[in-house]
Amino acid sequence: MAKKRVVLTFPPELTEIPLTYHLVKDFDLAINILKAKITPGEEGKLVLELSNGSLEKIEDGLDYLEKHGVTIQPLSKEIVLDEEKCINCGACTAVCNSKALSMDADARLVFNKESCIVCELCVSACPMRVIKVMF
Amino acid sequence: MSITKSYEEINEKIKTGKVVVATAEEIIPMVQEEGVSKVLEKVDIVTTGTFGAMCSSGAFLNFGHADPPIRMSKVWLNDVPAYAGIAAVDAYIGATELSETKGEEYGGAHVIEELVSGKKIKLKALGTGTDCYPRKEIETWVDLNDLNQAYLFNPRNAYQNYSVAVNSSSRAYHTYMGILLPNFGNATYSTSGELSPLLNDPEYRTIGIGTRIFLGGGTGYVAWEGTQHNPAQQRDENGLPLASAGTLAVVGDLREMSSKYLRAGIFHNYGISLYVGIGIPIPLLDEEMVKKVAISNKDLKTTIYDYGIQRRSKPALGVVSYADLRSGSINLDGKQIPTAPLSSLDKAREIAKELKAWILSGRFYLTEPVAALPYRDGVKPLDEEVE
Ligand code: SF4
Ligand code: SF4
Repeated sequence: MAKKRVVLTFPPELTEIPLTYHLVKDFDLAINILKAKITPGEEGKLVLELSNGSLEKIEDGLDYLEKHGVTIQPLSKEIVLDEEKCINCGACTAVCNSKALSMDADARLVFNKESCIVCELCVSACPMRVIKVMF
Repeated sequence: MSITKSYEEINEKIKTGKVVVATAEEIIPMVQEEGVSKVLEKVDIVTTGTFGAMCSSGAFLNFGHADPPIRMSKVWLNDVPAYAGIAAVDAYIGATELSETKGEEYGGAHVIEELVSGKKIKLKALGTGTDCYPRKEIETWVDLNDLNQAYLFNPRNAYQNYSVAVNSSSRAYHTYMGILLPNFGNATYSTSGELSPLLNDPEYRTIGIGTRIFLGGGTGYVAWEGTQHNPAQQRDENGLPLASAGTLAVVGDLREMSSKYLRAGIFHNYGISLYVGIGIPIPLLDEEMVKKVAISNKDLKTTIYDYGIQRRSKPALGVVSYADLRSGSINLDGKQIPTAPLSSLDKAREIAKELKAWILSGRFYLTEPVAALPYRDGVKPLDEEVE
């Protein structure tokens, strides 16, 4: 399964057109909305994970969006964790709704980057300040 | 007749290398498999451990006299104010005190962590200038070796049990119990459960004033009952408190400690705290003590409180076991709430193992308490007087 994570920026006039609907319907893409900030009449932001059997379909879908005036950037932010300094307390797991951060059977922290949606909540939840956002 | 053991007998075994030690986790399956009296014959000491945020912590420091001398009446360490209202060159640096220049990101706990890591600290002090202490100002750098005394003196550590925090309100709360998500989005707890020192000796039979302990990676002592020590908390049939109860005031030489077991922590929008590692040995004096240390997470309970209510008395919503909390979610009125620990079980285990190794190698001997901790009084609130 091909996957791509992108940040979409919509100009104000586009926020009311159901573009994501077309991605599903016309390009057969599975969409996972990681983050959305859309207010009608204002510039909107959408962080999506797109998946389909072929990467080509994903690229076609993104081309379609670009033609309609959507700016597309790859999701390049990522969460990094300094394991050396981590005390395995678990405070960060309290805010990680996507379960990217969890405690294993030995009471140690496990970070599954694949499930991370870069919501950044864990950054301030970590009392040791060992979680950082990297660009 | 069941056997009993004295502190002297156990210490003699440490001396001759015959002592048998188990951690508070290791002892549980042993008692389940072999029974109380067999285990009492075999094992002499159980080691416990905890590593969590303990806000009521700090250190007394003596800087020595400068020439010309100064009676320090205001002291700053790396721009963090220390209490200097004691003798000329003594000060107390409290863990939660904030830096006057770096605010929420740096505080007394960081100063303490840097001191134990061997770093130089900027000392600034002001005095009024007197006949015997003419100087009015000093600014210099000191490290742990430059100080005459540097000892941790924590007025309240090692809480015997602690609440589970949830949030019924519609906004997130930033608390000393971590970030609490709205509408019961999570539940946080902060005790090492079956490894926790005071939960293994719930009625303070062997932990008392003068008890030698593992503190921050060095040797320390129980100095007194901790502040807000509350033995009168409601207890179950095993004598175990159902919410926060006993506390300890502890003391130990900073020079023996390590930043592995003494770490500064920041609670976002709340403040700074010191994570302190504590391990306490429990001598298995008789069958009663074996029964106490054999109690497992399944039978250790604590109370859920609603931190969404910003009042002194937060509503209690129910009681859960540490086994439930460790499972990853708890059930509250039919709703599954994900749980998250705040104190490090991993470090607590490391401490219990380290203390076990100290005893086995003859580096650490047991002490009998010189006086018992109070076992009756409750905690008084602060009610404001109206004129
Ligand atoms: S950024 Fe969000 S999703 Fe990613 S690990 Fe942190 S809390 Fe979890
Ligand atoms: S909150 Fe920080 S120190 Fe604690 S487990 Fe998470 S990353 Fe590690």
